Amino acid sequence: MIQYLTNNHEVVLAALRQHIYLALLPVLFGLLLSLPIGYLGVRFPWFYHPLVNVCGVLYSIPSLALFVFLPVILGTKILAPMNIVVALTIYTVALLARTVADGLRAVDPVITQSATAMGYRRLRRLLDVELPVAAPVILAGLRVATVSNISLVSVGALIGIGGLGQLFTRGFQLFYLEPIIIGIILSVLLAAVADLIIVLVQRALTPWTRYQRGGAA
Amino acid sequence: MNLSYLFDSAHWDLSAPGGFPQLILAHLGYVALALLIGTVIALPVGLYIGHTGRGSFIAINSGNAGRSLPTLGLLMLMVTLLGLGLTPVLIALTVLVIPPILTSAYAGMRTLDHRVVDAAKGMGMRPWQVLFKVEVPMALPVLMSGFRSAALQVVATATVAAAVGLSGLGRLLIDGLAVNDYSRVLAGAIVVAVLAVLLDLFLALVQRWIVSPGMTGRAQSRSRRATI
Repeated sequence: MIQYLTNNHEVVLAALRQHIYLALLPVLFGLLLSLPIGYLGVRFPWFYHPLVNVCGVLYSIPSLALFVFLPVILGTKILAPMNIVVALTIYTVALLARTVADGLRAVDPVITQSATAMGYRRLRRLLDVELPVAAPVILAGLRVATVSNISLVSVGALIGIGGLGQLFTRGFQLFYLEPIIIGIILSVLLAAVADLIIVLVQRALTPWTRYQRGGAA
Repeated sequence: MNLSYLFDSAHWDLSAPGGFPQLILAHLGYVALALLIGTVIALPVGLYIGHTGRGSFIAINSGNAGRSLPTLGLLMLMVTLLGLGLTPVLIALTVLVIPPILTSAYAGMRTLDHRVVDAAKGMGMRPWQVLFKVEVPMALPVLMSGFRSAALQVVATATVAAAVGLSGLGRLLIDGLAVNDYSRVLAGAIVVAVLAVLLDLFLALVQRWIVSPGMTGRAQSRSRRATI
């Protein structure tokens, strides 16, 4: 294993870099898109159920199919990393838009009423009160989306752009364990680190949750 | 977009090798086996942890740890270790379904109102009766939502079986890709998505059937039902 790493560290590092870029860029885009979409699901109650259903269907499209099919729709090249980024952004939105809507819906009406009584207008109330209160729920969804994105990227290796997934296909073709094991370990480690970072961000953003008895999840 | 492959009736022939019916059947076979094995392993563990509160660390963390394991990597690792065949595919897919089932079984049991459990004990129910007549029925809605998300994930992911030479709807994706036949790839993607939606609808019906009306509010007010 060490031998393989020393001989191939450049390949492994390049795969890891690509993996980080392919997995985390969609998390960022997905979050930026999910916040307004999720808010619409709260603002217009009739929109909530279609939103949940569409998200469910989007999430059930197999990643491989989406990776292969986006180039046809977007007009990109099949080997363009763009396809993976767009596909994973779609998955992130499918997971997060609903979480954002649920998180905002779960804000205690007493809180929004107090904020309104203090003179908060709708937009400021949303940004300064409702979003922070819903943050633990939204960030919990973000953790799921991040971790599953990191795991999904590797499927892209079946079409030649999969970050660490390329180590899997290489090992599979050569019937050679080392690259597969290294790829799995790095992928799991990357997910653990990303998850930890979100947890730390959540602790910093929502200090009040730590004073509740038992704490919020 | 070209739907010719999807609507070619020759591909819908029941006996055609590589036709939709056979691929769907194989696909559902992997899904059902993985869900069955995963449930047999994860459900008792999740219920035990939720019931006793012992080992909740495992239940909470297995969710994220399991999700972060790349299924394709696991599959290729298993194939390299065990050789080609059904076993490596089932292992990889089972590992995928265990975390949501285990976590939701645990979560369903933990979020129960403890007074209800105490009341059941107070009425003289034995531990097994408390578990199966009170706790499990009350945890069922959460448990089923975990099972449904596991089912959705495994339907979508079972396509990777084709990457190691097995059957299932992934064949349309892998083979279509190999010969640049996008019509075939599109057909595979559409059929998997439709299958996932149908399976989820079916499980929603099962959930409605097995969850006690007392849990969903259906027993109290029928007018309120529009919101569920």
